[in-house]
Amino acid sequence: MNVSLAQLKSGEKGRVERIHARRCAARRLYEMGFNIGADFEVVKNDMGPVIVSLFGNNIAVGRCLAQKIIVKQSN
Amino acid sequence: MGTIALVGNPNSGKTTLFNALTGSNQHVGNWPGVTVEKKEGKFKYNGNIYNIVDLPGTYSLGAFSEDEIVARDFILRGNSDVVINVVDATNIERNLYLTTQLLEMGVKVIIALNMIDEAKAKNIQLGIKALSKKLGVPVVPTVASKRKGIDELIKETVGLIDEKMSLKPTISYGDKIDGEIKSIKGFLAGKTLEYPPRWIAIKLIEGDQYVHDLVTEDKDLDSDNEFRDILSRIKENDEDYELEIVNRRYEFVKDVTKASVIRPKEAVKTITDKMDKILIHKYFGLPIFILIMFAMFQLTFVIGEDLLGEMMVTVMDALAYAIEIFLININSPAWIIAFTTEGLIGGIGAIIEFIPLIVVLYMLLGILEDSGYMARAAYIMDNIMRKLGLQGKTFISMIVGFGCNVPGVMATRTLESKKDRMIAILINPFMSCGAKLLIYLVFIAAFFPDSGGLVLFIMYFTGILVALIMGKVFSKTLFKGESADFIMELPPYRKPTLRNVLRNIWDNVSEFLKRAGTIIFAVVAILWVMAVLPVGVEPYGAESVLGKIGLFIAPIFKPAGFGTWQAAVGLFSGIAAKEAVVTTLGMVYAGVGEGTELISAIQNAFTPLTSISFMIMTLLYTPCAATIATIKKETNSVKWAIFAMVYTFAIGWVMAVLIFQIGRLLGFN
Repeated sequence: MNVSLAQLKSGEKGRVERIHARRCAARRLYEMGFNIGADFEVVKNDMGPVIVSLFGNNIAVGRCLAQKIIVKQSN
Repeated sequence: MGTIALVGNPNSGKTTLFNALTGSNQHVGNWPGVTVEKKEGKFKYNGNIYNIVDLPGTYSLGAFSEDEIVARDFILRGNSDVVINVVDATNIERNLYLTTQLLEMGVKVIIALNMIDEAKAKNIQLGIKALSKKLGVPVVPTVASKRKGIDELIKETVGLIDEKMSLKPTISYGDKIDGEIKSIKGFLAGKTLEYPPRWIAIKLIEGDQYVHDLVTEDKDLDSDNEFRDILSRIKENDEDYELEIVNRRYEFVKDVTKASVIRPKEAVKTITDKMDKILIHKYFGLPIFILIMFAMFQLTFVIGEDLLGEMMVTVMDALAYAIEIFLININSPAWIIAFTTEGLIGGIGAIIEFIPLIVVLYMLLGILEDSGYMARAAYIMDNIMRKLGLQGKTFISMIVGFGCNVPGVMATRTLESKKDRMIAILINPFMSCGAKLLIYLVFIAAFFPDSGGLVLFIMYFTGILVALIMGKVFSKTLFKGESADFIMELPPYRKPTLRNVLRNIWDNVSEFLKRAGTIIFAVVAILWVMAVLPVGVEPYGAESVLGKIGLFIAPIFKPAGFGTWQAAVGLFSGIAAKEAVVTTLGMVYAGVGEGTELISAIQNAFTPLTSISFMIMTLLYTPCAATIATIKKETNSVKWAIFAMVYTFAIGWVMAVLIFQIGRLLGFN
């Protein structure tokens, strides 16, 4: 099922499907490892930015932006 | 001889490696974005000296941010013989994204696979030979923070200088894009180019404006219709092409890591995860942050100002006295004695007495940054700050401003969007700096000896409040638009190394002395001159130049309750340095710069109410010359520096007047 990153809860895993953000924001995400097809796990999503674990390293993504990252839940 | 460039992601340990190689002064921030300028150093090997340049940490070598452009240009211009690509072994998959771009730039590359100790702790297995083979470049494992692998790295890097350039793997970008690359290369054939033709082609397809301009400068290409067709086709498909290129790069990286990296099935939970459970806890995170900040300031002021600052004052006084005796003994004229002891030493003293505070502040800030906690602080504050039209990183610059506004304004460099940066710079002066504290302490001693803590809290709180309100106002008026999205790495918690902390202090204190020091000194000396001229007049008296200026501006302050020429002179001197307010008030009222006589003088010249309105004025009004100069430098604009001077004065005046008038209405005095 496709949802936005902002909707996932801590512990849930997913894969990046699409990024609907402005190009500059999308570019930043790609550079940081959020490319299409990247697998991740949500570490924390209970206040403001969503913290995501990509290859074992944590990245915080602002809510606004997280809502534009469409992902496929994997568990 | 040769030049080596260091390139890599933020937090990859690049600067730690740079420090280990050069023993020179560098700052290591565990918080992305700290190294903005490139830094240079030297190291010796086999009797030869090599230059090494630490390029800004970036995630990519595109053309879309200042950091990237600086790093990229340096490499492309052939300013280095070899590029050391520092790769974080615990984060290889992402770090190699930059590597793929580096490999296309036609330069000699060697990879320093750093932090392998952490990778081991996470049970990540790395095949160095396989990695090296797949990437076509030598790979040397290192632990920069413990100086492991450094010798091997140097040896191989230096060896690479004399070797021929190796053949790098070519990344396929799919039929469509590979086709475009081929056509473009065809057009570029036979031309003498500064850059590898394949790289130019890829950049054009990525929509790199710089390369586009470069290519269209060529008259043949610009007038060739077929070539222009290619360019317009690229423009039409630019987004799709860019995405495809990103995907292909990551696929290549996947291919490389499949053969060389084995990760455990379940990620190993580290200390960082455990600590973060508490430090960024939904409910405990913020109070913990406030506590840490409070502790930081307590330490800064107790050690920096009370202990060491006072020591400095004593030292400077002793020095002034000794010089005075010396000058008297060699029969110097009175004006030279006065100029030297009060003007010169006064000017130098104003800075020196402040250095301990700056040192402690930078030490603590450095520890917080290097440990990785600052990133968490920005995360915790982001939510709250967004509601005010600001963002998490803005708050960090505000925190720094509490020590001194000069580093506070400079700390805004981490803010990527112009809007965020400008607002952060303009509201920083409201952060009550260490020098302003001196003013409050004197007035507290005079009028509120038993409620000092409360008064201080009110001052600091008011400063923050005004800053946040003005921040919101600016975000809705002068700087409308979106704040930059919050994307930030939360690096693993790492123990700050003593070497890095010391270097950080050294770097920042020297920069502070260079920028602020020279200005503070000059302005304090000028103030002194104004106070003693014209010749023969009573120093700091109403007849001096300074006094006359005070008389002229005093009426403005009548509605605020301190419309005396002496108070005006005090405030005027605060533009030189906030510490000067206290000493100047002392000199004009009592002929002394400090001590009990100063306090009684203040008690005679002010009332409890006017002391509060005066303190509010000093809290909010025009920042010191050093801060103004820093604002001018960081905004690259005289206009904004002047704006900062004027609007802060206006706000200070309005608030002071309000406090006084309302206070009087309520019957206070």
